[in-house]
Amino acid sequence: MTALLDVIGINKRFGGVHAVHSLSLTVRDGEILGLIGPNGAGKSTVFNVINGICPPDQGRVVFKGQDITGEPPYRIARRGVARAHQIVQPLASMTVLENCIVGACFGPENLPMGRARDVVHEAAEIVGLTDRLHHLAGQLTTAGKKRLELARALSARPGLLLLDEVLAGLNPTEIERMIAVIRHIRDRGIAILMIEHVMRAIMSLSDRVVVLNLGGKLAEGTPQSVASNPDVITAYLGEPDPTGLDGGI
Amino acid sequence: MSVQQSSDAIVQVVAARKEEPHGFIGNIVWQPFTWLIAFTGVVFAVLPVWGDNVQLRESLLLAAVYVTLATNLNIVLGYAGYVNFGNIVFFGLGGYICIYLVSEWQWPLAAAALIAGITVSLLALFFGLGILRLRGAFFALATIGVNEAIKAFVANFEPWGGAAGIYLSLDVYEPLGGPGQALWVVYFLIVAAMTASLLLSYAIKTSKFGLGLLAIGENEDAAAVLGVNTPRYKALAYGISAFLPAVVGGLYFFKTGTIEPSGAFDLSRSIETIVMVMLGGIGSVTGAALGAFLYEELRGVLLTTEAFSHFQLVIAGLLLLGIVLFAPGGLMGFIYRRWPYVRWLLQ
Repeated sequence: MTALLDVIGINKRFGGVHAVHSLSLTVRDGEILGLIGPNGAGKSTVFNVINGICPPDQGRVVFKGQDITGEPPYRIARRGVARAHQIVQPLASMTVLENCIVGACFGPENLPMGRARDVVHEAAEIVGLTDRLHHLAGQLTTAGKKRLELARALSARPGLLLLDEVLAGLNPTEIERMIAVIRHIRDRGIAILMIEHVMRAIMSLSDRVVVLNLGGKLAEGTPQSVASNPDVITAYLGEPDPTGLDGGI
Repeated sequence: MSVQQSSDAIVQVVAARKEEPHGFIGNIVWQPFTWLIAFTGVVFAVLPVWGDNVQLRESLLLAAVYVTLATNLNIVLGYAGYVNFGNIVFFGLGGYICIYLVSEWQWPLAAAALIAGITVSLLALFFGLGILRLRGAFFALATIGVNEAIKAFVANFEPWGGAAGIYLSLDVYEPLGGPGQALWVVYFLIVAAMTASLLLSYAIKTSKFGLGLLAIGENEDAAAVLGVNTPRYKALAYGISAFLPAVVGGLYFFKTGTIEPSGAFDLSRSIETIVMVMLGGIGSVTGAALGAFLYEELRGVLLTTEAFSHFQLVIAGLLLLGIVLFAPGGLMGFIYRRWPYVRWLLQ
C-alpha cells in the first residue's frame, strides 16, 4: 500500500501552548488510521492543520504526492480531503439534500447540480438518511446531524475522510450502526483518519492506531500492540496505583 | 487574487452548467417564476403608457429603481449573509460616471450607463476582495467607510463639479427626442434593468454559484471545508450586485438632470434598501422585490400626508425593529411557512 497522506514533522503553537510538536504520520491507501489520545492531546489541531484551517508553523502536509501545506480549506477539499466535524456544522436552514449537494458540487469532481443529486442519494443511502432528505438540517436529532456530517463528506467522493469523533454523543445502538457505516465506507476504498474516544470502535475498526499525548506521538501500531503499551496506559490512566484501590477503565 | 482567477470562476460555473441535462438557460426559461418576472416587467412598461399617465410613471419609476437596488442587495445580504450597509455607493458612483460621460463626452445614454455599470462592477470586485475578509459588524462598517470615502473623494473632485455636482444641459435630451420623450425612454430602460435584476437574482439563486453563496450565508467555515471558494464567491457576488444598481443610478440621475455628492451617496437610502429586503423576506427574490415596492408605495403615502411627511425614516426604523424582533423571515418568510407550496411559483 502506498502513502495517501504524509504529515511530516508538523509543529503548531497557539501563543504559549505547543499544541502539536514534531508530529509525523502516514495514512495509506484504503486503510483506517485511528488517532487517539487524552483530551487536549492535539488531535483536532492535527485535523485543522491537515485540512488547512490553521497552517502549521513548521512541517509539511503531502496528499497524493502533492504538497498541500498552507493551502486554504476549500482548495484542500477540492483535492479530495473531506471532513466530518466533532461539533456538527449543518447548513441549518437548508435541507439534508441541499447540504449534501453542496458537498458533491464543490468536492474534487466539481459536479454540476444535476449530477450531484445522484451522488447524494448514494451517500444518503450509505449513512441511512434517505428518508430524511427533505428535512431541514437544523431540525435533525444529534445522531441525525452526525450522519449528515458523514453523508455530506461522502457526497464529495473524497480520497481521504477525516472523522472527528463522529461517535461522540451517540447511544450504543447508534454507535453499532455507525461502526457498520464506517466499515462500509472503508470497503468502498476511501481511506479514513479518525479521532475517537470510543475505544471499542477504535479497536474494531482501525488497521493502525497513532496515540498522541501533549502534542507529540506517544505510540503507533496495531490496536492490540498500542492497547498493551505501558506508556499509553500511563497517559490514559496516570501512574499505576500502588495501593490497587483505584479502578481501571 | 486576480481578476483572471475570478473570471475563471465564472467560466467554471458556466462550464458546469453546460453539463446539465437541459442546460442552464433551458432550465430557467421553462420555470413559471421566469414568466412571472417577464409579466411584471411588461405590466410596469404598459400601465403608464395606457392613458399617458405621467404621475403613475413617476411612481412606478421610483419603485423600479428600488426593486433593482433591493434585489441586487439581496444577492449579498440574503444569499451570502453579508450586510452591505453602503450599497448605495454603486448607485451613486454609477450615476456620476454616466452623467459625466453624457455631459462632458456627449456619449449616448445607453452606452454611458452600460460603461458606468461595468466600471462600478469591476471596482466593487476589487474592493470586495479586500473588505470581504471582514465579517459581521466589521464588514458592515467597512462598506459604510467605502461609501463615505467615495463621497468625500467626489465632493473634492473638480472634474465632477466637486460639492456642487454636475448639471445636465437640456441639449443632452435632444438625441432621445426632447425632454418629454426622453423621460419615457429612461423609464423603459429602468424597467428593463429592473426585470434584468429579477432574472439575474433568480438565475443566481438556482445556479451552483448561488448554492455556494447560500452555503456561505449559512456557515462560512463549513462552506470552505466543503470546498466552496469563499473569497472568490463573495467578491464575485459583491461585484455582480454592483452592476445593475450602477446602471440604474446612471439612468436615474440622467432623468433628474443633476447629481451632487450628498444626494448620490445618501446613506439613509442605503438603510432604506436594507429595510425593504428585510420587510419582504431576506434571501427571497419575490420578497426583496415586494418589500421594495410596498415600502416605496408606503413612503409615497407618508410623504404626501401632512402629519407624517417628516417621519418617513422614523417609520423605516420602527419597521426594521419590528421585522427583526417578530418576523425575521419578513413577508415571504411568513408566507412560505404558512403555504410551503408557494415556493413553487414565488422564489
